Amino acid sequence: MSKLEKRNTLIAYSFLAPNFIGFVVFTLIPVIFSIVLAFMNWSGGSNITWAGLDNFRTIFKDFSFTKSNLGISLKNTVCYTVATVPLTIACSLGLALVLNKGVKGAKFFRAVIFFPYVASLVAICVCWNFLLMKNGPVNQFLRMFGLNMNKSWTSSTNLAIWAIIIVSVWRNAGYYMVMYLAGLQGVPAELYEAATMDGANAWQKFTKVTLPMLTPTTFFCSIMMVISCFKIYDVVAIMTKGGPGRSTKMLVTYIFELSFGGEGIATSAQYGVASAVSMVLLAIVLLVTFIQFRGEKKWVNYM
Amino acid sequence: MTAATVSKSHHKPVTAGQMIVTILKYVLLVCLTIIALVPFVWMISSSFKTSIDVFSIPMKWIPAELHWENYVQIWERVPLAAYFKNTAILAVIVTFMQILTSSFAAYAFAKMNFRGRDLLFMCYIGTIAVPWQVYMVPQFIMMRSIGLYDTIWALVALQSFSAFGVFLMRQFYMGIPNDLSEAARIDGLSEYGIWARIILPLAKPAIATLCIFTFVNTWNDYMGPMIYLTTDVKKTIQVGLRRFIQAYSADYNLIMAASLCSLLPVTIVFLFLQRYFIEGIATTGMKG
Repeated sequence: MSKLEKRNTLIAYSFLAPNFIGFVVFTLIPVIFSIVLAFMNWSGGSNITWAGLDNFRTIFKDFSFTKSNLGISLKNTVCYTVATVPLTIACSLGLALVLNKGVKGAKFFRAVIFFPYVASLVAICVCWNFLLMKNGPVNQFLRMFGLNMNKSWTSSTNLAIWAIIIVSVWRNAGYYMVMYLAGLQGVPAELYEAATMDGANAWQKFTKVTLPMLTPTTFFCSIMMVISCFKIYDVVAIMTKGGPGRSTKMLVTYIFELSFGGEGIATSAQYGVASAVSMVLLAIVLLVTFIQFRGEKKWVNYM
Repeated sequence: MTAATVSKSHHKPVTAGQMIVTILKYVLLVCLTIIALVPFVWMISSSFKTSIDVFSIPMKWIPAELHWENYVQIWERVPLAAYFKNTAILAVIVTFMQILTSSFAAYAFAKMNFRGRDLLFMCYIGTIAVPWQVYMVPQFIMMRSIGLYDTIWALVALQSFSAFGVFLMRQFYMGIPNDLSEAARIDGLSEYGIWARIILPLAKPAIATLCIFTFVNTWNDYMGPMIYLTTDVKKTIQVGLRRFIQAYSADYNLIMAASLCSLLPVTIVFLFLQRYFIEGIATTGMKG
């Protein structure tokens, strides 16, 4: 290395240092630590021992989607994801289509619909909790249609997960609407003109031009949403605490319980087992990211 | 040519079908706006009621009597002012640190050549893919062992060095032509000078986006403060509000009043800067 090059490298490192040191200490080391911890026995004290695959055996023991903790939290997380992603996509795409062109006050509507996304989570969740209470406005409204709603959503084993889905969709639709609006900007007007010339009606234009041209956006949004759905915790913690029973227990809720014993109250922590569950979460998220990576290349060719 | 076609299409006679579509569009939009806003309206309405009236049947949107005293009581029940102050301090420090360290590190990644640059950058990108929930426990154990448990410094350390900020800034810097920095180098400006005088001023839009998002995310963060802060007066507004809810679970009106107060700062930021939020998302795909 020449002297100049050496000097240059030193300067580059000085630029990186403030962020890099913080990044290594507070992110990289914990990430590596969590992988190691998954193979250790540790409950927080000075006694830390090698466990091999024991932690994984523990969480996969008697695996079933209706009984074991891992099975239930996996099932709930998957159900939540499977319902939330398409609903959010449908809502945000619909919103974007309505707002895309020729609407007076589009900026106002866009801002209003986006607002739930930035509003503080605790306030939103507690408000929805009240809205969905036994005699809350939502149940009163549904009773007008003759539905027999006589339970708080969050204390019903069937409806609790829907309460969480509703809040998630309501909160995120505005965000993904903005992504779709950006996507719609990229659809060339010539395509619509050509379709009109060929005598296509509005529905045909939508299915034959808009939707295919938006596939990259839809793909990107779905992937991002799947990842964030798998990380769901805060809405659940505030609205249902994983209950009633285990009906809304999610993967992260489970990790949390194992490490901090419910809500911040330290009981006997099982850090090793918690890390093993974290590895399951990590594997899922990495798999989805990998699919995105592969898919993105494909979509680029496709465009 | 294009101007002519646009004005021509404006003067086209509107058919009945188009009229109906337009009307339907607005009806739909108003409905959706209502759905987006109803919880907030209900929150405001309930915050002025007595706790018994909140779930009256049939429900009243406009309270018969405005109970302003709800807004006085909430400050007396819990140290709400302290929560606000803590959150504001935290959000400002984190935002400042995040912008500073990210914009600095991104410069090396985008504008300098050095050995191991690409490998290091891959390392950064790789960790963005790892959910925080995966390593929050080891991180917590580490912070506790260095004595940061129950201080806001744990949260500062947690949020100030995000890989995502570096990534975002680097992507923006890549769009700034290299000729600019090359010319400045020939003129004898040091790398630090180029960063401060040329790149940083040009990166204002990216900084604005990162700034707003970091501020709002820190303000709204629930999990971090919940894990790290136990002393009541040290809590941030989100966990403080949560404590309030648990302690006075039947005082629906007070809970709604406190919730509304917790929303105000972010709402104000949003009202003034919503353009940056929305454009920032559209261009970067930024996710909180």
